[in-house]
Formats: sequence, C-alpha cells, structure tokens
Amino acid sequence: MKNTWRPKASFSAIKARAECYAQIRAFFMSRQVMEVDTPILGFSTATDPHLASLEISSPLRIGVDQGFLQTSPEFPMKRMLAAGSGDIFQLCKTFRKDEVGHRHNPEFTMLEWYRVGMTLPQLMDEVTELVCEVLGKSLLCQRVSYRDAFEQSLGIDPFTEKTSSLARLSRKLCHYDGPELSRDGYLALLLADQVEPTLGQGCIGILHSYPASQASLAKVAEDSKGQLVAQRFELYLNGLEIANAYDELQDADEQQLRFEADNAKRSSLGLREIPLDKNLLDALHHGMPECSGVALGVDRLLMIKLGASAIDEVLAFPVSIA
Amino acid sequence: MANFSTNDFRSGLKVMLDGDPCSIIDNELVKPGKGQAFSRCKLRNLRSGRVWERTFKSGESLEGADVMEYDMEYLYTDGEFWHFMMTDGSFEQHAADSNAVEDALKWLKEQDVYTVTLYNGAPLSVAAANFVDLEVVETDPGLKGDTAQGGTKPATLTTGAVVNVPLFVNIGEVLRIDTRTGDYVSRAK
Repeated sequence: MKNTWRPKASFSAIKARAECYAQIRAFFMSRQVMEVDTPILGFSTATDPHLASLEISSPLRIGVDQGFLQTSPEFPMKRMLAAGSGDIFQLCKTFRKDEVGHRHNPEFTMLEWYRVGMTLPQLMDEVTELVCEVLGKSLLCQRVSYRDAFEQSLGIDPFTEKTSSLARLSRKLCHYDGPELSRDGYLALLLADQVEPTLGQGCIGILHSYPASQASLAKVAEDSKGQLVAQRFELYLNGLEIANAYDELQDADEQQLRFEADNAKRSSLGLREIPLDKNLLDALHHGMPECSGVALGVDRLLMIKLGASAIDEVLAFPVSIA
Repeated sequence: MANFSTNDFRSGLKVMLDGDPCSIIDNELVKPGKGQAFSRCKLRNLRSGRVWERTFKSGESLEGADVMEYDMEYLYTDGEFWHFMMTDGSFEQHAADSNAVEDALKWLKEQDVYTVTLYNGAPLSVAAANFVDLEVVETDPGLKGDTAQGGTKPATLTTGAVVNVPLFVNIGEVLRIDTRTGDYVSRAK
C-alpha cells in the first residue's frame, strides 16, 4: 500500500491553518467587515491572458453550456459592493490552471477583501496589520515603488529602459534564450527572477506604482515624474508574493475596454476568448462605490509562518495526491 | 521524438537543448502575480555532465531526447572501444568510446554490470554501481594487529585504480569501494 492516502501537511500545519482562519475571521469581525460567500463556478472568469481558468464543460444552466472555476472571487464581490453591501471579505478556494510548483498549487485558498472609501495607503496599513496578526509578530513595512525597486536591484528605470536592453538583461541574468517577449514580458521575468527575491527580507515588502500597462483592474494615475502608473500594490515576505491590491477601477466603459483588449491579446496568442461578464459591467454602470480591494494567498502566508519551503508542506492534500 | 512543453517538465525528463541531450534536474514555475509565467530550469548536459541554467517562457517546448538507460555487462576493450552486452537476454552489444567510459573507466571489471546510457542507440555514458568489489593486486605488506588505528596506504586494484586503504589490507583481498568518492568502504564479504 502506498502512503499517498496520508495528509502531506503535518498536523501542526493543519492546526496552524485552522487557527489562521479563526484569526482572519476575528480580525474582520472586529472591523465590521462582513464575510460573504460567492460562486466558485461562474460562466465568466478573469480575462487576463496570463491567467488560465479551469473550464467546466457540462451545462451550467439553460443556454450556458460552459463554466469556469474562478481564479478569484473578484467579479461577484464587486457586484455585491455595487448593490450596497459595504465592506466585505471572503475566504475561499480559487483555481488556476497549470500553476504547479514549490510555490503554486492549482487549487489554493484566497482571502479577498474590499474596503469602501479606503485609500490604497490605508489598505497597505490594514494588510500589514493582518499579516502581523497571523504571523504573531510585528514587522516593519518597507514600501518601494516599482521604479525604485528596479533601480535598486538592476540599476535601470523600468519605464524608460529600452526593450532591447531589457531583453539583454533577461538573457544575461535570467538565462532566458526563448522567443522574443513583449516589454511587459521582459519586465515580468526580471521582476520575478531578480527583483522579487530582494523584497520583504526581514520585513513586509510592499511594491507599488506598477506600469500602467500592468494595471489589470486598478485605476491609473500620473506619478510625480509624470509617468502613468497603476494604483496597485503587491505584498512580499521573504521574496514570496503574498497579496495583490488595487484601487478598484469603477468606470464600466474603461472596464469593458480592458476586457476587450485582453481578449484581443488572447486571440493573438491563440488562447480562447473569455465571455465578458455582463453582470459585472452592469453593476459598474449602476455604480460601485470607490474602494480598495486585496487578494491574499493564505497558503503562502502559512508557508512563511511555518518556515515551509514548499507549498505542499501546508496543504493536507496537494494536487499530486488530491 | 515527442515535444515536451514546460508543463511537462519534471526532473528526470530527457530533452534536447542546443543540440545536446539533457536531463532536467529541477524545474520551478516563476510567475509574478499578474504577468507572464516562466519555467526556471536546471538541466544536466548528458554529454558534458555540466549543469545548465535556463529560463523558458511557459508553453515553450523542447524536443525529447532519445536517451535510455540499460544494464549491460562489460566484456572487453580493444584499446579504442569498450564493449558492453545487454543483460536482457538479447546479447546485443554496444561499443562505447573513451568519452563515454571516462567516468567509469577505473572501475571497469570484465563481467560486471554497468548502467549504460544510450543516446540515439549509441553509448553516451557509462556509470558504475555506487559500490563495487575489486581485488587488490599491489600494496605494501599488511601490518598485523593494526586493525583499528587510522593510517592508510595506497593499494592498486585489478582495474588499475589506486585507492587509500587501511594498513592491514593485503594483496589478493577483495575490497568494497564507493565509486562516487573513490573511498575504501570495507573488505568484501
């Protein structure tokens, strides 16, 4: 008999997870943030060309013969916000196809929350407090802009450096010898391979003010140098990406344009187009309050808490034995 | 050969890279939260033994390498090639050149079984078992009673390999050697 029936995570890790869930719920209860529950199976999903959703091929309902396991509960939560829910959070399972590795499992636990009227810097404070609460220690928070982080790690300005020079750096530093990438592709590689490992070492690292081309569902604004930047941040611990946050885009027309641009990019890459979430667009048309939102990978936070080097150590049944 | 996409990469997979057969040692998905995904790989070049680091864009693919490992018995050398025979009953013979046998050369003993890696049907490398038993053909006379104290002396084995052995070892004794380190382990039972 093989031993694969046994949980991979130790019982101390399984218990730490239970405690972490209780801490998270207490944290939000004390701040009057309501827990909500939205579908994990929807007829639409994220359009981001770099996110692959798992598809369900059996009929969901009459006229809809296909669905997707959600990569994040963002769309339905925004519909709740537009309907007047006020501050909400959700602790749920999300799915990302093909993401398997030491830091990835295709099914993972996400904590996502939205704060009405809260600015991005205020949300940085709140995420920091939550992380400290779960880790059981107080950590300093180091905030650095995307530009400064590249400046410090690589000595380049990611907004003005020539694409050919980004390609050269990718070859030299990241051993990349594959097909030509887009500018954002090279930046993603340099970020993941060279910059991220330096973030959140001995502190909570917050990376903010991304290039506007990487805004995703965040608002875009001009920075002090007149550069368009995304109102977005990511949180890192020991070089591990833990959370991603936006000053949420409210403009329905702009949202629709971004969905369509994503789909155009998808079809140019030979990927399937995603049916637009009309309910989300209608909700934005109706009016979603100004808010900031953040998604946090709970499994990774547990990895940090327990000093685990692989995500499998905190998952009772990782995908290999699920 | 089939092509393997980065999603199929796992340790032990044999692929072609820059014209050489390689074995994947380690593969890690590297992906910033919102952005292009990459596979950061370590590969061993099976021809040179060197370890290469290479990053691939997710979805890129590499051609599989026709590399297989077989147990084969070492028969003899004609000075230019070292001849091995399959142990599966087929009696099929393969001739390995000096590059292929380089690492195993000093442990090669006729009629012993080795792991031979074939690339496109020809020997690419030969590996000895982790432990081999070989006879001492030359060493200083053994010192009686000296069984525990440190102290070593060189001994030449039947294959020509020279290893450091304890002082009590005599010519004609069969010793167990760790081929990974070249260290004496014990007298063979």
